Amino acid sequence: MSSSAANSLNETSAAPGALLEAREVVKHFGKIQVLKGVSLNIASGEFLTLLGESGSGKTTLLRLVAGFEQPTAGEIWMGGERLDTLPPHKRRVNTVFQHYALFPHLSVRENVAYGLRVKKTAAREIGGRVDEALRLVKMQDFAASRPAKLSGGQQQRVALARALVNRPQLLLLDEPLSALDANLRKQMQGELKALQREIGITFLFVTHDQEEAMALSDRIALLRDGALEQVASPREIYKHPATAYTAQFIGQTNLLRGEIHRSIVTCGVLRWPVENEDGPAIFSLRPEAIRICADGKRQTNEVKFRGAVRQQIYSGASELLEVDCGSSQLLRVRLTACGPLTGESEFVFSLADAIRVKE
Amino acid sequence: MYSRAYKTLVSLPPLVWVGLFLLLPYALMFAHSFWAVREGMVVHEWNLQNFKTLYSNPVYLAVLFRTMRIAASVTIFSLLLGYPLAYYLSFHAGARKELLYQLVIVPLWVSYLVRGYAWKTILGSEGILNGFLQYVHLTHEPVAFLLYSPFAVVLMLTHIYTPFVFLPIYASLEHIPRPLVEASQDLGAGSAQTFFRVILPLSIPGLLAGATFAFVLSLGDFLAPLLVGGASGTMIANVVQSLFGAAFDWPLGAAIAVCILIITISLLFLSERVEKRWSFK
Repeated sequence: MSSSAANSLNETSAAPGALLEAREVVKHFGKIQVLKGVSLNIASGEFLTLLGESGSGKTTLLRLVAGFEQPTAGEIWMGGERLDTLPPHKRRVNTVFQHYALFPHLSVRENVAYGLRVKKTAAREIGGRVDEALRLVKMQDFAASRPAKLSGGQQQRVALARALVNRPQLLLLDEPLSALDANLRKQMQGELKALQREIGITFLFVTHDQEEAMALSDRIALLRDGALEQVASPREIYKHPATAYTAQFIGQTNLLRGEIHRSIVTCGVLRWPVENEDGPAIFSLRPEAIRICADGKRQTNEVKFRGAVRQQIYSGASELLEVDCGSSQLLRVRLTACGPLTGESEFVFSLADAIRVKE
Repeated sequence: MYSRAYKTLVSLPPLVWVGLFLLLPYALMFAHSFWAVREGMVVHEWNLQNFKTLYSNPVYLAVLFRTMRIAASVTIFSLLLGYPLAYYLSFHAGARKELLYQLVIVPLWVSYLVRGYAWKTILGSEGILNGFLQYVHLTHEPVAFLLYSPFAVVLMLTHIYTPFVFLPIYASLEHIPRPLVEASQDLGAGSAQTFFRVILPLSIPGLLAGATFAFVLSLGDFLAPLLVGGASGTMIANVVQSLFGAAFDWPLGAAIAVCILIITISLLFLSERVEKRWSFK
């Protein structure tokens, strides 16, 4: 299981259907190295999310693709054409900016028409395409309004229409939902995903919100300190995190640090057989992989342990327990419909759910 | 909340100041413009004779038109110098921005008179510029029109008011969110289109404020024509000065001042209206 995770780490093979290809991209700002040789392929029609903490380099990578920054080293290719040497206005790429960046002196209609106007599109064609784009984001009733009169969500839609009307090969989205409140953000996530399926344009989406990344993406590229930590589908990256960092960043997990000796791993009070070589090892065990062992019996491929419930946090559909399994080793356990628990219980998890990760 | 007495106490000094040194002098000037002079004395007879004289005497109108022409030229030249400078500083100067900004501001600390005399030294028939022109054999005799001409007045006033035009334009350019420029490029606009479609429209409030500064300040200037204008470069403020001084015709001088005031106030009003139309906060 851990070998398949390692394979998906830093995918560099040139996929035949790749629309965008970043090759060993390095970016320095003065003495600070923001990107340390990032190689990444994006397939045509894909929804790929650059996920990372602030300062991880995700926005810088997006700005390199848009052309607002030049790479210090490395190349970016799009559809068989060298992209990083072109000025931004010559790239078939459009951006939805974090704070929308709508032109305040132009109406919604003029904002959306901007890209077509500067490219000297015929006036008749502009009208139709602008209407179509505004319909797509359900903003046709606001065509004459100035951006300042619109709410954040409405401005967001206009920004989307203004980019999409140009029919870009690749749409770049720089934390487009981060300025919206939680409910609106959830709603816009759904709309964004539906829109991407409908029009089939490739999306390169930047966010620091792992839930958002999980909900929207075909694949997630997790960046850490300017390097790719892992690139995989949401399911893959959740089920088979390659590193301890990934396991902790995507969802919640228990990181078990232990020692393998003669095909037995020991992590505190927990012990189970493995096929790896001797030495230190880290395992990620998701809280929901642990369950209560009601009948006290375990299967051959399971690990059983006793633990005292220290804390129980109820959140409706599930509850999160903090279980002390001795020697002050705490494990987080997510249970559904378990009712209030006190004292000691027996817990069990499957060996297959203890995923070996790198540091 | 502050007490009523406190508010009165705080607002009283500025109100007294404005009343004593602004409203009262204006009222006096306004009254004078409707009075007359007889046998070297101002007599308080209300009439419109001063305004009729202004309208019928071609000399006054000619000087007024020349003044407006000079002010308009100064405005245009200051904009042509100040706007590109402000644009360069705001968008392309990079690390040199602070230094260049200070260099633009420094002349403002130098006395107006000193700068005026400097131009006299440069433009005079024995001046530096004429000396240079003769040295390189572009001319054999001193070029006369350099000093004591409307040209010299426009040159000097442009030099003095360019920083005043630069400052508000620079401020409005600095206020343009940079993502707007990136968005324009992103949508396919090159530098020229981005400038004319985004940067220029959004800098119109600063541009108008600068232009208004240059025009209004030039319109009332009397030192530049005095120093470098000569007879052909006389402006309306010089006429007012001589009417209040040697000619001792305060009422006629006041009438001209009222006319200039009306022109100025209308311009300020108009420019504020247009500025409002172009601000989007």
